[in-house]
Amino acid sequence: MPAVQETVDRVRQIDVDQYRYGFETIIESEKAPRGLSEDTVRFISAKKNEPAWMLEWRLDAYRRWLTMQEPTWARVDYPKIDYQDLYYYSAPKKKKEIASLDEVDPEILKTYEKLGIPLREVEALEGVVRSDSENGSGERRIAVDAVFDSVSVATTFQKELKQAGVIFMPISEAIREHPELVKKYLGSVVPTSDNFFATLNSAVFSDGSFVYVPPGVRCPMELSTYFRINERNTGQFERTLIIADKGSYVSYLEGCTAPQRDENQLHAAVVELIALDDAEIKYSTVQNWYPGNSEGKGGIYNFVTKRGDCRGARSKISWTQVETGSAITWKYPSCILRGDDSRGEFYSIAISNGFQQVDSGTKMLHLGKNTTSRIISKGIAAGKSQNTYRGLVTAHRKASNARNFTACDSLLIGDKCGAHTVPYIEAKNTSALFEHEATTSKISEDVLFYCVQRGLSQEEAVGLVVNGFVKDVLQQLPMEFAVEAQKLISISLEGSVG
Amino acid sequence: MNVALAKTETGRAVSETFAMARSRLPGAGKVADARRKAFESYERAGLPTRRIEDWKYTDLRVLMREVLPLAAVPDQSALAKAVDAVKAAAVENACRLVLVDGTFAPKLSDLGGLDKGLRVQSLRETLDAGADLPAAATDDVMVSLNAAMATDGVIVSVDDGVALTKPVQIVHVATASSASVFTRSRVQVGKGARVTLVESFAAVSGAKSYQVNDAVIVSIGDEADVAHIRLMDDATDAVNISSGLVTVGAKSKVNFLGLTSGGRVSRYQGFITLAGEGSDLSVNGVNLLKESQHGDTTLVVDHAVPNCTSREVFRAVVDDRAHSVFQGKIIVRPDAQKTDGKMMTRALLLSDDAEADNKPELEIFADDVTCGHGAAIGALDESLLFYLRARGLSEKEAQALLIQAFVGEAIESIADDGLRDAVVAIAERWLAARG
Repeated sequence: MPAVQETVDRVRQIDVDQYRYGFETIIESEKAPRGLSEDTVRFISAKKNEPAWMLEWRLDAYRRWLTMQEPTWARVDYPKIDYQDLYYYSAPKKKKEIASLDEVDPEILKTYEKLGIPLREVEALEGVVRSDSENGSGERRIAVDAVFDSVSVATTFQKELKQAGVIFMPISEAIREHPELVKKYLGSVVPTSDNFFATLNSAVFSDGSFVYVPPGVRCPMELSTYFRINERNTGQFERTLIIADKGSYVSYLEGCTAPQRDENQLHAAVVELIALDDAEIKYSTVQNWYPGNSEGKGGIYNFVTKRGDCRGARSKISWTQVETGSAITWKYPSCILRGDDSRGEFYSIAISNGFQQVDSGTKMLHLGKNTTSRIISKGIAAGKSQNTYRGLVTAHRKASNARNFTACDSLLIGDKCGAHTVPYIEAKNTSALFEHEATTSKISEDVLFYCVQRGLSQEEAVGLVVNGFVKDVLQQLPMEFAVEAQKLISISLEGSVG
Repeated sequence: MNVALAKTETGRAVSETFAMARSRLPGAGKVADARRKAFESYERAGLPTRRIEDWKYTDLRVLMREVLPLAAVPDQSALAKAVDAVKAAAVENACRLVLVDGTFAPKLSDLGGLDKGLRVQSLRETLDAGADLPAAATDDVMVSLNAAMATDGVIVSVDDGVALTKPVQIVHVATASSASVFTRSRVQVGKGARVTLVESFAAVSGAKSYQVNDAVIVSIGDEADVAHIRLMDDATDAVNISSGLVTVGAKSKVNFLGLTSGGRVSRYQGFITLAGEGSDLSVNGVNLLKESQHGDTTLVVDHAVPNCTSREVFRAVVDDRAHSVFQGKIIVRPDAQKTDGKMMTRALLLSDDAEADNKPELEIFADDVTCGHGAAIGALDESLLFYLRARGLSEKEAQALLIQAFVGEAIESIADDGLRDAVVAIAERWLAARG
């Protein structure tokens, strides 16, 4: 059982307080003045060379935001955020155009190394192109868009994607280069007035990824974005927009880390997915923001709005998430099943340890006929954390033959943590068929005893059981992420065994 | 979580209602103070709206709009009218306590041959004698309003070790129209006692558009055995908001069944706290709703101590444009290890315009527990219908049989044959009326 052994080794090596990605990169950066006002919004828009319509869109959102109240319904508890004490824009100072790897800012390069992005990709990230023979044929490749604080620093494989007709670029570039697409789809799934954090994001978002897959195209490689908050007191507000046109397919990965700091940092992202007729989008996240130390100090507030719109008939959107980081997670990747015969899926592993608070789940809104959805959620609570699943499944009057299956299981490790399940199941259609099941338990003594009796140590046994518990979800992840996620799970749980 | 809300027109109207009712409300001194405080806490929030999480699916500002003035004290003709309704609702051979329009009616009650160790009084009697208002450990606004406005109720107590030979039945009869009724009762069950408690809500045929707000505070001692049945068959244009606040001692066995078939808008909220170790709780509910009825059953089971078992079974049958709501919550407190909690809710939609909302929640703070919940919503199984049709049953008969089996799973929990048959009869009547 090499995977289990590796898990256990890792557990041994690492202290409770240790967060692998907690380092800080010292680079010069350019920031907007502290605080939020119309001027900040104008500053960001100007920095991005945005057209006038975009600025108006932002200002409209900002004015609306001023009238909104922060939501309080989630089971999370945090001191009031002073929105005037944050930096809303921070960018690494640009050096001249890069010609070879040697010229890349060595600090940024080091960061990527530490983050574990393979060197080959780092080279690609920084624009050094190798020939195909060197690359080794037949290997899987991933196109990466790296977002450092507020700006996208590099996007790889642009040329090859272009050949397939796929547009993959920072959203700030897309606003300038493909305004017709952005105008048509931006805010069409998560409207600017959607909720407090989404509205704030609409006003001040600085960068993020934009993907457009043309009709009938199967995206030739996995697309990936890597988010990194580096600067102190900076909020990160990225915006991702993915459009899969008729009959296309795209798989998208997202990863995130932040340095270890004592104060809390805010991350309020918006992700919008649009799947037209027969299109499929697979969106995977491994969220590993800094969760705070063992006393609950510091960590990221992760207040994210993610929503997919199955706009076309027979379209499909699948969310997979592994949530191990962040001091507070407030996140509900949802699917609007508008097209007939469309399908939504949500697979989630949410792990909380220390003082982490997770309030996460999904919404499946069945609007079209014969729509189906599936929710598999696995929550693991350890330490003094609180782990909540909150989900909504609803079928509207016209959603005949809507089908949903939900299974949400929680595992508790230790007696100081809490696991909660808050499902909302609403049916307004007689042909709707909804099934929901949930369980909460601790690891059975019998199971542990069985494993220990067969020669496993207590730690190995727990690792084995936990990995088995989350297997259903891990299987949904692309291969590269599955390995990473498995390791993350053991790191997050470490200190809670025994 | 509660959002501060501006006072509305209806909020002002109810303060007038309270001021007007004041002189009629029993209890002076500290009881009057308690009532004023309760009213103030109601007034701060007003009628619950969908913005209050616990009332998300039952927005009383929309469904109820306002609190009507108190019903008048029933006169002779009202009492005479109530006789038939009492008879229809009566379970056989019970100690019967009747409340007409929120006032205890000794003449309609049957207090003959009370078991030894069973004591019964009206709330008004006890308040006049200087007792406190039965206290409820909740900040629910409708329970606060009840404390402020309760005109009467019954105070029942069963001594330690007493096994009652007859059920105790509380019958609420409404005869007034466009008026509100507030009742508050307390039931105390001593250590090792055995009690069957039945609550019935009914109306005389002329009663229209009235509002009922009832609260029952039940405290169950150690090693007791309690069967509690609640049958709500108010007029189909009435509003019934009722609360049960139950505390259970150690090693007790409690079996509850609530059946809602009446009322235009109804909500039964049961707050059950398992306060002693080793108890066994079974909570069952059935909603039978048609036309434009809105029926909400909200059950909160609080495991405050270790080693308790709870089972919740809820069934909803929803026809026409009706709307059924089930909110169940199992709370397991940090020390409540070895808790075993299960909750299963199922809804059957019989019409395209029917709606069923389920919110089965788990809130768990202890690790050595087994808790689970399940929820399912769907229509009648076509293949089962076909099976029965193939054996010569008509469409309606086949449906009725399946529905009966569906709700039967919850009703089965009643141990007493006579009572179970009575409840099954209500379900059958409801099915027959579907036509």
